[in-house]
Order: sequence, then C-alpha cells, then structure tokens
Amino acid sequence: MIKLDAKIPEGPLATKWTDYRSKVKLVSPNNKRKLEIIVVGTGLAGASAAATFGELGYQVKTFCFQDSPRRAHSIAAQGGINAAKNYQNDGDNVYRLFYDTIKGGDYRSREANVYRLAEVSVNIIDQSVAQGVPFAREYGGLLDNRSFGGVQVKRTFYARGQTGQQLLLGAYQAMERQVARGNVKEFTRHEMLDIVLIDGKARGIIARNLITGEIERHAAHAVVLATGGYGNVFYLSTNAMGSNATAIWKAHKRGAAFANPCFTQIHPTCIPQMGEYQSKLTLMSESLRNDGRVWVPKRAEDVKKKPADIAEEDRDYYLERMYPAFGNLVPRDVAARAAKKVCDEGRGVGPTGRAVYLDFKDAIQRLGHHVIEERYGNLFEMYEKITGDNPYETPMMIYPAVHYTMGGLWVDYELMTSIPGLYATGECNFSDHGANRLGASALMQGLADGYFVIPMTIGNYLSNDIRTPLPETSSAEFEQTEKEVKERLEKLMSINGKRSVDHFHRELGKIMWEYCGMSRTAEGLQKARGMVQELRKEFWKDLRVPGKMDELNSELEKAGRVADFMELAELMIIDAYNRNESCGGHFREEYKTPDGEALRDDENYAYVAAWEYAGMDKDPILHKEELNFEVVTPSTRSYK
Amino acid sequence: MKITLKVWRQESPDEKGRFDTFRLDNIDSHMSFLEMFDVLNQQLIEEGKRPVEFDHDCREGICGMCSMYINGRPHGFQSGTTTCQLHMRHFRDGDTIVVEPWRARPFPVIKDLVVDRSPFDRIIAAGGYVSVNTGSPQDANSILVKKSDSDAAFDAASCIGCGACVAACKNASAMLFVSAKIEHLSRLPQGRVERVRRAVNMVRQMDMEGFGNCTNTGACEVECPKGIKISNIHKMNAEFFKAVWVSSEEVEA
Ligand SMILES: Cc1cc2nc3c(=O)[nH]c(=O)nc-3n(C[C@H](O)[C@H](O)[C@H](O)COP(=O)(O)OP(=O)(O)OC[C@H]3O[C@@H](n4cnc5c(N)ncnc54)[C@H](O)[C@@H]3O)c2cc1C
Ligand code: SF4
Ligand code: FES
Repeated sequence: MIKLDAKIPEGPLATKWTDYRSKVKLVSPNNKRKLEIIVVGTGLAGASAAATFGELGYQVKTFCFQDSPRRAHSIAAQGGINAAKNYQNDGDNVYRLFYDTIKGGDYRSREANVYRLAEVSVNIIDQSVAQGVPFAREYGGLLDNRSFGGVQVKRTFYARGQTGQQLLLGAYQAMERQVARGNVKEFTRHEMLDIVLIDGKARGIIARNLITGEIERHAAHAVVLATGGYGNVFYLSTNAMGSNATAIWKAHKRGAAFANPCFTQIHPTCIPQMGEYQSKLTLMSESLRNDGRVWVPKRAEDVKKKPADIAEEDRDYYLERMYPAFGNLVPRDVAARAAKKVCDEGRGVGPTGRAVYLDFKDAIQRLGHHVIEERYGNLFEMYEKITGDNPYETPMMIYPAVHYTMGGLWVDYELMTSIPGLYATGECNFSDHGANRLGASALMQGLADGYFVIPMTIGNYLSNDIRTPLPETSSAEFEQTEKEVKERLEKLMSINGKRSVDHFHRELGKIMWEYCGMSRTAEGLQKARGMVQELRKEFWKDLRVPGKMDELNSELEKAGRVADFMELAELMIIDAYNRNESCGGHFREEYKTPDGEALRDDENYAYVAAWEYAGMDKDPILHKEELNFEVVTPSTRSYK
Repeated sequence: MKITLKVWRQESPDEKGRFDTFRLDNIDSHMSFLEMFDVLNQQLIEEGKRPVEFDHDCREGICGMCSMYINGRPHGFQSGTTTCQLHMRHFRDGDTIVVEPWRARPFPVIKDLVVDRSPFDRIIAAGGYVSVNTGSPQDANSILVKKSDSDAAFDAASCIGCGACVAACKNASAMLFVSAKIEHLSRLPQGRVERVRRAVNMVRQMDMEGFGNCTNTGACEVECPKGIKISNIHKMNAEFFKAVWVSSEEVEA
C-alpha cells in the first residue's frame, strides 16, 4: 500500500523554501562524482536538471526518443514564461504570482509548491538571460513583458513567438557543455520502456535503442522522469507526434501514484480540424488574445457569410460580453467552454461549424501592421501556411484542442514520486497547476523544477547513498524487468492482426474527446470506460505491426505508446467519474451554477486524487491528499 | 489529387538503396506533406508491406526533425518552409514527386529517409554556449542589450538545427548552422567574452566531423527554412581569423 507524505516543510509559507534549503542534507563534491543519475527526457525540465546536475559534479545519463535533445516538445512553446519580476511596476510580486496560479488552478494545488514556484521564477529569468536567451527587449535595452490569460499584470517574458525554443536551446546548450566535460552522457533515439526497482528503490531503467532495436540496461542511484505530457491520449492534440505517457505509465505500474489524471487542459485557440487524415492540431498562442478579439455571428443564419460581410452590430464578442473584467483574456478553461457553448448554439463558423473568429482588425488599426507583425509575425505565417488564409486580412478561425495535462505522477515537495529514488519533473508530474494551468507557467515550472528545485532536493536522498555502489545491471531485478519488456514487445509484434496502430489511436481519441473532453457526465464516463476496455481488447487481438523488433521500426514504437495510452485512458475516466464537481479543466455537466459556470465542491473534493495501480483489469486504489489552505481562502473563481 | 511518389528506400546504413514508386489516388489538397506520407504508410501496412521510415515530431516547423529532400530540394521548393509545413495545395494533381533523404557524408542514412545528424550536437558541445553555471547570476535587467542587437541575436538563434543547409550544399558544409550559433551568442554582451574561443572550437569540431568548406555558392541560405543569412558566415570567418592570432591558451577548452 502506498503511503503519501507530501513532506511539506513546517513554518510560514514565505520562508518554507529558504528554511528547507538551510536544513537539507548535502552531498560533498567528491561524493557527487560517485553518484549517477538518470534523466529521462531532455525538454526544459530534463535538460535544465541534467545541466545543473552535471555542473554540480554528478554523473548523468540523459535519454530522449528524438535524434537530438534539442527537439523535445518544449521547443514548440510559443507565448512566454511568467516571472514575478515586477519590471513593469504594475504591482506584481511573488505573492501575486502565487495567488494567481493557485486561483487559476481552481484551488486544487498545494500552496507550498506553488509559492516556491513563484519564488524561483525570478531566478529563471536571470539564469536564461545569462545564458544568452534573446528575450524581447525595449529600446532602452531592458526586457519587455506582455500579459497572458487569467492575470491583470504584465509578467510574461517572451522571445517573439518562440519562447520555448529559445529557453530550450539555453538549457540544451548548458547540457551540451556538460557533455563536453564528460559529466553528462546523452542517449538519443532511445526510449525508456521500464524502470528497475531494487529493494523498492528506483535503480535504473530498461531502454530500447530505436536504431538497432537493442534492449539496454542502465543503472543509477536515482532516476528522474521529465518525459512531458500525455495529451496524445486524445490522438489529436497540440503535442508532438511522439509525445507519450510510456515512461510515467510504466512507473505507475511499478508503484508510483498517478495524481489527478483527468485534469486536462483544452486550449481555446488552436487551428480547427480540417479532415479525417489530420495528424495533429496546431496551437495559435494565447498571447494572440492580447490583441485579437474573439467573436461569432449573433445569429445562426449568418455563420456561412464571409466575416467581412457581417456588420459590427451583428457580431457577438462573447468573451467581452460575458466576462467584462477579463474580456478576451479569461483563463483557458473558461474561454474554451465559451467557444464550445456558442458553437453548440449553432453559431460556430467554418466548414464544420466548430470554429470561432479571432480578429485582429482593430489591433492593426490601432497599432499598425508592423507592430502586429513584430509581435505575432511567425504565428500569422504559420497560420497562413496551414490554412492558406492571411490573418492580416481576414480573421483567424480557431477552436479548442487538447493541449496540456495538469495530472501526472504524484510527487512530494521534493519532487519524489511514491517510489523512493524516482523523481518526476515538468509536465509529467502533477505538482503546481491544480485543475487548470495558466498560460506561460509550464515553462516556468519545468525550469524551476530542473534548475532550482531538484538539484537541491535530490541531495537529501542521495546523501544516504554515498556508500552504495552503482547497482549491477546483471542483477536479477534487471534481468526480470528486461524480460518483461521483451515479452511485451514480442506480444505486440506477434498479434499479426489487420488494423494499424493509428486506427486504434484515432478510435481511442474519439472516445476520449467525446466523453472525457471539454465536458463530462457520469453517464458518459461510464459508457466510455466500457468502450475503452472493448477497444483495448480489440487492440490486442487485431493490431498489425509490420517489420521486425531489432531494427528502426516506428510502428512498433507507436504501438507500445498506444498500448499504454489505452490503459491510462481508463484511469483518466475513472478519475473524472470520481470527481463529482467541476473545477478548472474538469467540467462535469451535473455540477454547474445556474449561468453555466463551474461549480466546485470544496467540502468533499479539496484533495489530490492519487491513484495506486492494483493490477490489470482491477480497479485502482484511491488515496486522497487533502489540500490545506493556510494562506489563501478558496473562493469562487470569477472573471466577470 | 492523384500523386505519384518515388521514395528512397534503404534498409540500413551499409546497404545500397533504391527508389520505390507509389501511387496515391486520394490526396486532399489541405493535407500536409507528412500527412500524405501517413496515408501512404497506412496503405503499405494494409498491404502487409514495410512502411517508409521518416523523421518528424512537432509538425509545426520548429523542432527541426523532419528532413525530406523533395524534388531535389531540402524541404521542397517553398521558401521558408519545413517539410512538415509544406501543404499539398502547392502541388498539382497528377504530379510525380521524388523524395530522398539528406545526402551528406557527415549525415549517414540510417534507414529510408532517416539520417544521423548527431554531429550537430557535438558541434554545440564544442562551444555553442555561454559558460555560466546555474546559480545566481545578476538581475536580468542589469545587462542592457540594444534592441537591434537582441533582435539580430534572435534572428540567428531561430535556427532549428534541421541540416537543410548541409543537404543543400555541394560541399556538405555546415557553415550556416555553425555561424548562426556564433552570431547568436557573440551579438550579446553575455556571449561576447568567449567569442574567440567559441568560434575556434566549433569550427574545429565541424572540420573533424567531415563537413566540407564553404565556397560561397549560397544554396544554404536559399534552402534554410528559417531565413538564416549567409552574412553570418562572413562574420564568422572574420571572427575565426581574428582567433588565429590569439594565443592557443585562450582557445583550449
Ligand atoms: C504548442 C505548445 C505551446 C506551448 N506554449 C507554452 C507557452 O507559451 N508557455 C508555457 O509556459 N507553456 C507552453 N506550453 C507547455 C509547455 O511547453 C510544456 O508543458 C513543457 O515544455 C513541457 O516540458 P517538459 O520538459 O516537461 O517535456 P517535453 O519538452 O515534452 O520533453 C519530453 C522529453 O521526454 C522525452 N521522452 C518522453 N518519453 C520518453 C521515453 N519513454 N523514453 C525516453 N525519452 C522520453 C522526449 O524525448 C523529450 O526529450 C506549450 C505546449 C505546446 C504543446
Ligand atoms: S541554418 Fe537553417 S537550414 Fe541550417 S540547420 Fe539551421 S535552420 Fe536548418
Ligand atoms: S516535424 Fe518538427 S520541424 Fe518538421
């Protein structure tokens, strides 16, 4: 049985992290050299951790499935990164960033973690700038900021529409510097397929060399997972094609609790789906809502008209109407549901009727073409490439899409999962965003975890390990785990059915989007659970994976990932069914206010739902971590 | 649309490759080029054949993973566009399209359209960074950077490391890639301190990896999906020659 202990330090909120740091156990430099850490994932969370571990003198191995660490999906983040710098003198500070994040997360996250996040946010900006990250600047040479959804200050730092790329390159370069020094060894085109436990502690991984198909054993004193989000459970999402849940799912099956799996973020501004063949959805950064105005026709009969032919008075700028205080900048969950609502009313536009306009006409008039181009040039270009429409001339069409997963492996204050020695950082943990993540705070969290939190907290664990030799990869535990990995791969190869992986993945996505997407009901979720179980059976009966195991075989890679999604999907459904309230990205039709807003139930659900794996086809075991709010008072989130 | 694809197939690095020809009858003009390959692969799987291996991940033109040589041009004919962002509406019904991997000695073919670009990581490891440890650098706003410098640094930093410049170059030179990183970092006060050392070490690694010399034909600039300018190469050369005059002590890692 898992025992959850969040290990939140005593003392006042504002000094917890400082106090922790003054008391935490340290590892001396000569001992660090003897300790090995595996980091799976080289996105912002993984690369920043690997670089910092290397600088501290630990021996590090990193793994990623792409051909270079620099290609992790963090590269695609567009809009920006938050930090409580108060450079704009608009009243921002650590407390306010903390408060906005807790509130934005609909009071379903831990105060202590979020406060620490806000605290170290300022160091991230200093660090990145020192590395040469070319953030946007003003003419005086100082850094520029923009505002993002859900807040009323300007605290978002950005590098045109490519903030994630620039931050990741900073972290990647820092990591490569450690590679050159021999502190970090990178394994690219490698996929972690399981974790190895010895005496209940994480002591290594089993990975597949994706070029040769060889199964490899890697030992370490501790393992850090930084493998990103699992939004691809929905098939269509803004994630990369390879983004997957395999690493965290395998860890879950070995004893790591999975927290709040149903908390998914549907992003309001993505390019709508065009056809069945569609392989992914493309995000149009939320920063566009700074200057773009969202509208649909007031009357359903106007939806087929050209936008230019719809008079001003016949347009419904519904976000400005419904939420005058925040207008187009309401948080993502609110904006996404509003878009669904107007489309459900028959007022959606575009060929499928599932789109709304995002219009820059006023902004171009007010600020001029060149200002808009400087702010969003690459986004406009991308939009035009994909759709063939020019957003300087005609409004963009957008629709919500799956974007981010707030759920993930349960971690304590030190970012350790419920398996000793196994850590989770970045999007793959559940820690800081509650039921809804605010824009520009995932980059912040990934880098906070990797640069500043885990390099400190891991020492507390490893200090007990300075005399432990590196585990032998010939041990029975490695042997057994490798055997299980091979058996599963062989099973996938041997089904020899008729349907491709993509077929099953698409079907899974449809079920999840329909019943476990933007709005959910108890009845729908029950139905979906049965459907997923059925589909999973079908998958193991009728899948066809061509090629061989011992070669580059992307169909086999996908098959393994989809097999895991099939299992995770059911847990998401169970979690959504369990949570009889609406909060953040989790909207249950049964629980809403008379005007259709989310209705939280703090009395019964102010907890983190951490699920323990109980075996295939068995109901998982629910553990509740009660959320105690000592500083903020949960209130109804209002953006009106 | 009806499209005929002639695709390079190669089982492994040492085997000889060949072209396979495929006919696709139902291509939607809204599809991306890679979505067409998805369709092709589904068709191949249904027929019990081995699908075509190709690299891709973000499909948004930013990760630099996709890498197809389309009708004799890296990422196809559309300027400023990666393979994943190329859409079928720019082709004509009935077209025959020839698709090959990047061809360059330092980028050996792994399988079909997949090549090994790890030399790029090693070039960055040789010096493509600012030497600063995680810790407590000064407040970000204590470093003033002229907006024009910051913008120019950004332009160079937007390289996605795809390798199209190498594939486009008859000498398989990596100068555009290397010069972009050097320009990014030496434009900024943070990176200026070690500019000389950086240039020398990166160029040395580039040579060791077997990339060819730049003979100024400019094909790289034309094919770069991110608009990286060849003027970066000229600046880098200046930097490099300056470096030859400084003592080796400063240059050694
Ligand atoms: C299009 C888009 C735009 C975004 N824009 C913003 C924004 O403007 N601001 C913001 O704050 N957030 C944004 N986000 C969210 C943010 O980018 C991500 O949450 C964050 O970058 C995740 O970082 P990560 O390091 O946790 O994971 P990732 O960057 O996804 O990295 C995952 C790593 O794990 C590796 N990996 C995965 N599985 C395995 C395995 N089994 N074996 C080996 N390696 C594995 C991958 O190779 C990769 O290296 C955006 C997200 C998307 C999709
Ligand atoms: S310089 Fe251009 S072509 Fe070369 S790797 Fe960078 S983005 Fe690709
Ligand atoms: S797939 Fe990422 S750039 Fe093309």
